[in-house]
Amino acid sequence: MKSKRLLAPYVAWMTVFTLIPLGVVVYYAFTDSLTGQFTLANLNNLGAYLPIFLRSIFLSLISAAICLLIGYPVAYTIANTSPKWQRMLSMLVMLPMCMSFLLRTLAWVAMLEDTGIINSLVTALGLKPLPLIRNNGSVILGMVYNYLPYMITPLYTVIMKIDPRLIEAAQDLGCNHRQVFTRVILPLSVPGIISGVTMVFVPAVSTFYISQKLGSTGTTMIGDVIESQFKTAYNPNLGAALSLVMMILIFICIGFMNRFTDNDEEGVVTP
Amino acid sequence: MAKELIRLTNLTMEFDGEKILDNINLYINDHEFLTLLGPSGCGKTTTLRIIGGFLTPTSGDVLFDGQRINAVPAYQRKINTVFQRYALFPHLDVYDNIAFGLRIAKLPELEIDQRVEDMLDIVSLRGFENRKVTQLSGGQQQRVAIARALVNRPKVLLLDEPLGALDLRLRKDMQNELKRIQQAMGITFIYVTHDQEEALSMSDTIVVMDKGQIQQIGRPEDIYNEPKNAFVADFIGESNILDGVMIEDYCVEFFGRKFQCVDKGFSPKEPVDVVIRPEDIDFVEADQGHLCGTVTSITFKGMQYDIIVDFKGFKWLIQTTDYQPVGKRVGIRLNPEDIHVMKKSAYSGLFGDYSSYSAEYDEIAEDTADEE
Amino acid sequence: MKKFSRVFTVLVFLFLYIPMIVLAVASFNTGTDMAAFKGFTLSRYAELFRDRSLLALLGNSVIISILASLIATVLGTMAAVGLHNARGRLKSAVMTLTNIPMTNPDIVTGVSLALLFAFTGSVLKIKSILGFWTLLIAHITFNLPYVILSVLPKLTQMDPDLEDAALDLGCTPSQAFFKVILHDIMPGVISGFMMAFTMSLDDFVISYFVTGSSFITLPVEIYNYTKKPIHPKIYALFTLMFLTILVLMVVMNLLQGKDAERKLRKRGVRA
Repeated sequence: MKSKRLLAPYVAWMTVFTLIPLGVVVYYAFTDSLTGQFTLANLNNLGAYLPIFLRSIFLSLISAAICLLIGYPVAYTIANTSPKWQRMLSMLVMLPMCMSFLLRTLAWVAMLEDTGIINSLVTALGLKPLPLIRNNGSVILGMVYNYLPYMITPLYTVIMKIDPRLIEAAQDLGCNHRQVFTRVILPLSVPGIISGVTMVFVPAVSTFYISQKLGSTGTTMIGDVIESQFKTAYNPNLGAALSLVMMILIFICIGFMNRFTDNDEEGVVTP
Repeated sequence: MAKELIRLTNLTMEFDGEKILDNINLYINDHEFLTLLGPSGCGKTTTLRIIGGFLTPTSGDVLFDGQRINAVPAYQRKINTVFQRYALFPHLDVYDNIAFGLRIAKLPELEIDQRVEDMLDIVSLRGFENRKVTQLSGGQQQRVAIARALVNRPKVLLLDEPLGALDLRLRKDMQNELKRIQQAMGITFIYVTHDQEEALSMSDTIVVMDKGQIQQIGRPEDIYNEPKNAFVADFIGESNILDGVMIEDYCVEFFGRKFQCVDKGFSPKEPVDVVIRPEDIDFVEADQGHLCGTVTSITFKGMQYDIIVDFKGFKWLIQTTDYQPVGKRVGIRLNPEDIHVMKKSAYSGLFGDYSSYSAEYDEIAEDTADEE
Repeated sequence: MKKFSRVFTVLVFLFLYIPMIVLAVASFNTGTDMAAFKGFTLSRYAELFRDRSLLALLGNSVIISILASLIATVLGTMAAVGLHNARGRLKSAVMTLTNIPMTNPDIVTGVSLALLFAFTGSVLKIKSILGFWTLLIAHITFNLPYVILSVLPKLTQMDPDLEDAALDLGCTPSQAFFKVILHDIMPGVISGFMMAFTMSLDDFVISYFVTGSSFITLPVEIYNYTKKPIHPKIYALFTLMFLTILVLMVVMNLLQGKDAERKLRKRGVRA
């Protein structure tokens, strides 16, 4: 009774500003931009964007995988330092996320450009400048850089909570270092891996700035298309249809990943 | 003599269709030390929380001084509680914890100070006023919890397993302390515990509960000496419980032998449960005993030996200071006043056989009870 | 092995902080190209403090962030308490509602709110509905889950008897909340507020879609800047903000460290 009264304003707010907007997205996706009539045209037009969808998913999955490979050893190392260092290092992991990601991406542009910082070093050594920017690699680099903290943080949280007595027990039962890792630590960090992969994949697949700055026209991502429909092409109905499809794709991906973990309260997207 | 203060009538409590309390009827007198005793899940804490006002019964009434108080919220009842894990406010120091209730009641600071200081004396915590409660030992936290409740001068103090988290030595000291405080302040204590020793040594009245029902109400001596059924006999102290037949008044038959006893009022040939306390049994030479059996195990318990004796396949526990080697044939004699006869109940046959007796039994039982 | 993982971790931290270094260096550069250092100057900082409009934008960001995170903290804490007391279907339904904005990519949240506002605008015949209020609503909406997810664990950890004890000692339910419960969950409330504040301050994607020309925050304006050659005073601003947040976080970290040590000692006494 009391709890309902406390929940009411929140539920009302979230209904109006989360649920209904999603309904509005659906409404726009199925209506014509000029006449406002019901239409399937927006969805039918999506076929043209299939390659972009596939590329977005492909690049994001690779980014998530690289984040996992880089992030896991880092998270593991942090979790094995003293509590004082743990607090300081996990803070330092989060700190870049508080800074403007636009400017940080621009800094990467300055580094990678044909006349950028790295290439001026390379040419100073008498070598030819390297093609560092405007390709899939640079887009992946931008995403890995931007979303790596989202991978390290949940991994660190999970690894830190592993009871050291479990590791001792495993050693006691005859596991060597490698077996302790593969048979105890790794299986116990699965929730962190799932949550980290989700937290990298979701923003990566929907990003719309990184590919504009670090990529080329050949690396356009679905987020860029949605942005342009709203901000330059003025076709919100097509943008809504694209958003809807992307949202459904993401929900399917998350649902798929959650099947690996039975803990639905802690597993997903808790920062 | 004393006047009635609290009455529970036909109290029933259900959670999700499960009956936690089943038709509880109970009255509690002013100045009484009453203990609700039972294993975990028996409904004792639920009963206490209903009296405290934290739960509303599914049906039945709670009367306080003759007034129905079902709908009175906890903060308007003249009842205070000492919680199981003390529930001291971690952000306040000892003084402010004790003064909390008085400040809520908006008493003048001068009076608050006087009453808190008095309370600190009563619980022997003078000098600890400005300590953080998190820096106190378990026993000290316990005292703060008691002081915080008593300073409000409640008519009734509810105590929910208040000594459960303390070690054995401290528990004994606090038992005496609580009894002293109760007598000094002259208020009603309603005490919840699963520890039968605690209940026996502190209470004026014990209410034995199991499965949401009251099994027996009585003075500690009555509960111990004249248990009403096999559950009470087994839960309070150790008991050998045997199947018997009441031949006539003052005569009961078990193990194919008639024994003289002090019980009467059963129908002729009524099947009954017979309780014999392990400490009431005396060993004699094998050929002089009423019954004859073989010692199967002996455990040294400090004060006495716990000896398991096999009588025709039924194992008895006997507590004695005499050493008896395993395998020895022994005889026992039973005096009429050592034999307690009880009516058959739903608990008959469930307790009182020591075939699976082991020294760890007590500890296991206590561990599970603690989880409540 | 241990040495390798330490070196690796240091390298990853370097990777995370390279753009900060590039931007900080650029703020002292006499030239305007981030990639080429022409000479040292402090004039960018002087220019920054003379630029009223830029400081006004920063002011806008701070106002929106403080308002949104304050409102979200109050509403979210209420909701968390309600959620803590709720059971069964109601609880899981509200948790799902909370997870929607957490799982949805920012761009979808932004787009869906933009469409809602556009829809409302067209119904109410308001020409330019996007501005301060729509921005505030959007920020509160995406802040709410952060508050709830940081307050809820504190409530779960709290001794459930504390509330009963307060009621027992004569508190009305609301007195019990303000005098006892709130004190106990305060660390969660504060960290929820801080998280919401930083999220708000740095948010670009959602703000970009829900704000109009009448009220612009710093990240949105930076995005507009990045389309043209960017003025180095922006780098100066970035560097100052970075240092401010760094100092704030280190201070918070040290305070938390003291708190954690105290808790550790407390546990020692109790054991």
